[in-house]
Amino acid sequence: MMKNLFSVMALVASSWAMAAGPAVPLDKAPIDLTDKASLQNGAKLFQNYCLGCHQMQYQRYSRTFRDLGIPEDVGMENLMFTGEKVGDHITNNMSAKDGEKWFGATPPDLTNVARVRGPDWLYTYLRSFYADPARPFGVNNDVFPMVGMPHVLQELQGLPYKAYETRLVDGESKQVYVGIKTDGSGELSAEEYDRAVADLVNYLEYVGEPTKLESRELGVKVMVFLLIFFVLAYLLKKEYWRDVH
Amino acid sequence: MFKNLMSWIEYRLPFMEKMNLHVMQYPAPKNFNFWYFFGSLAMLVLVNQILTGIWLTMNYEPSAEGAFASVEYIMRDVDYGWLLRYMHSTGASAFFVVVYLHMLRGMMYGSYQKPRELLWIFGMLIFLVLMAEAFMGYLLPWGQMSFWGAQVIISIFGVIPGIGDDLTLWIRGDYVISGATLNRFFALHVIALPLVLVILVFLHIMALHEVGSNNPDGIDIKKDNDGTVELTEADKKFTFHQYFTRGGKKVIVDAIPFHPYYTVKDLVGVAGFLLVFAWVIFFLPEGGGYFLEPPNFEAANPLKTPAHIAPVWYFTPFYAILRAVPDQLFGAVFMFLAILALALLPWIDRGSVRSIRYRSGLHTANLINFCVSFVALGVLGVLPAEGIYTLLAQIFSFTYFGFFVLLWFYSKNEKTKPLPVRLT
Repeated sequence: MMKNLFSVMALVASSWAMAAGPAVPLDKAPIDLTDKASLQNGAKLFQNYCLGCHQMQYQRYSRTFRDLGIPEDVGMENLMFTGEKVGDHITNNMSAKDGEKWFGATPPDLTNVARVRGPDWLYTYLRSFYADPARPFGVNNDVFPMVGMPHVLQELQGLPYKAYETRLVDGESKQVYVGIKTDGSGELSAEEYDRAVADLVNYLEYVGEPTKLESRELGVKVMVFLLIFFVLAYLLKKEYWRDVH
Repeated sequence: MFKNLMSWIEYRLPFMEKMNLHVMQYPAPKNFNFWYFFGSLAMLVLVNQILTGIWLTMNYEPSAEGAFASVEYIMRDVDYGWLLRYMHSTGASAFFVVVYLHMLRGMMYGSYQKPRELLWIFGMLIFLVLMAEAFMGYLLPWGQMSFWGAQVIISIFGVIPGIGDDLTLWIRGDYVISGATLNRFFALHVIALPLVLVILVFLHIMALHEVGSNNPDGIDIKKDNDGTVELTEADKKFTFHQYFTRGGKKVIVDAIPFHPYYTVKDLVGVAGFLLVFAWVIFFLPEGGGYFLEPPNFEAANPLKTPAHIAPVWYFTPFYAILRAVPDQLFGAVFMFLAILALALLPWIDRGSVRSIRYRSGLHTANLINFCVSFVALGVLGVLPAEGIYTLLAQIFSFTYFGFFVLLWFYSKNEKTKPLPVRLT
């Protein structure tokens, strides 16, 4: 009886894990919140390629600069383009209405996008655009089919397309999908592009929860304190309970 | 000088007398085990929720326009705001963890049986208010799950024939969930329900101290003083308040004063609990997407329904029962019955032996059945209601209610083991 129940539970748990997954298997994003150079590059990419349409309306420039180790004057010089103050939120001037008109849906705010979608989804999504002349902007996406967003990183990646190879399968030659390749018109090689996307996702992960490193650091101290407290409390209890036992 | 002041106060407000009655000279059975930590832990979490809640309120803005942004402001701009918020959000889940374990303890050792029925009823009222409190609190961050989860749960009231639609309108204060709903939920969440909760907790403890604590053996520690009770050296060691000995009519055996013995013991429980609690707060505040659901990091959007709406984990066992019944009205009725059945346990269980230690093997198996059903329903409530999941939810709803039905039948003439005279 119990055995059967447990196997049912296991079945439920395993099929659940499958049901939760997206259509395409996601690549693991190489997140490293301590890598300041990566975060800085990510911030640069965000400012140059994303901010035109997507805001980070809950994150302030000053916070990004402080946490990423960017001096304020350097940050203002290189990452702020339209005369904002350093304490301002990272916003643009595109109205939600215009966004909807131009792209079919208002480009979402990206402050918390890494917490909503998860970094692996973002990392895979940004590397899954491919040429599709049927779409308004000429590209489609495997992770988010029929997405309204153009491939804004095309200048870095080049025009990606779905590559097929002719292979012998069971004695027949067939067209087999081998992955997304680019036409080589981008500024970056395939490896460099993956690295750039990783940096950008790393930055989005940071912005989603800017206190994460601080939290872990404080957490270790709190855990050490509580362990000592636990031992002392236990010894105190033992001492008192000698009367009882 | 200080002594004079103390006796001046004592004459007008017998503070020390009450402390003796309820703490220093309260007789607690000496054999409380691990399961007895969860009562004091529930108190700890309640205090945590109230304190962090007060500080969160200082920067939270209860309006549809400002709520989500103000939570992000707390998370990013308020000093240690993230810590307060995580303590509060993790505390909500922790509250249900300790309360569910506290209830299970009561079921294991028959703590609801005579004369503790009223104590159990107060506990169930606390549980109900806690569910309302948690539900209303979850709307406040105004994220996607806040909005759509509230939408689903409020619509449950709409299935009541005749008054359903008007009732949901009355709850929301609007035709849809809106700023009006948010504002009233805020008022109820920060003042009305916490007040009720604190009063109920007070009554719960007063009722407990009147009838005395049960224990893992489920036998009384207060015996009639008819001269047959043999007191051991240990029994003579402590003095208890005369209120509990009823002026010499009762003798108390195998008991120890609550303070200092259980205060220091509970301190160990507190330390152990805080280790787990802090670990979640600092290292996985989202609780794997169960304490803070990912879609809730997106601001509420009435025009965009999330692909899958799941209530927070602590509601899912009851939510699964709701969905398991094909008819909406009967689904709501059964969900209500699932909670009512728990409240009626003192009368459904017709046995006289309290503790699982001395009850039949059938009862143990039945209680395991209850736990398995409850957990399974909890898992199923998170999953989409489709295919095999619906069938499983129906099966486990059946076994959930089966626990109570079986209990009613076998408890009357249950084959129990002989009870010990003294605590083991």
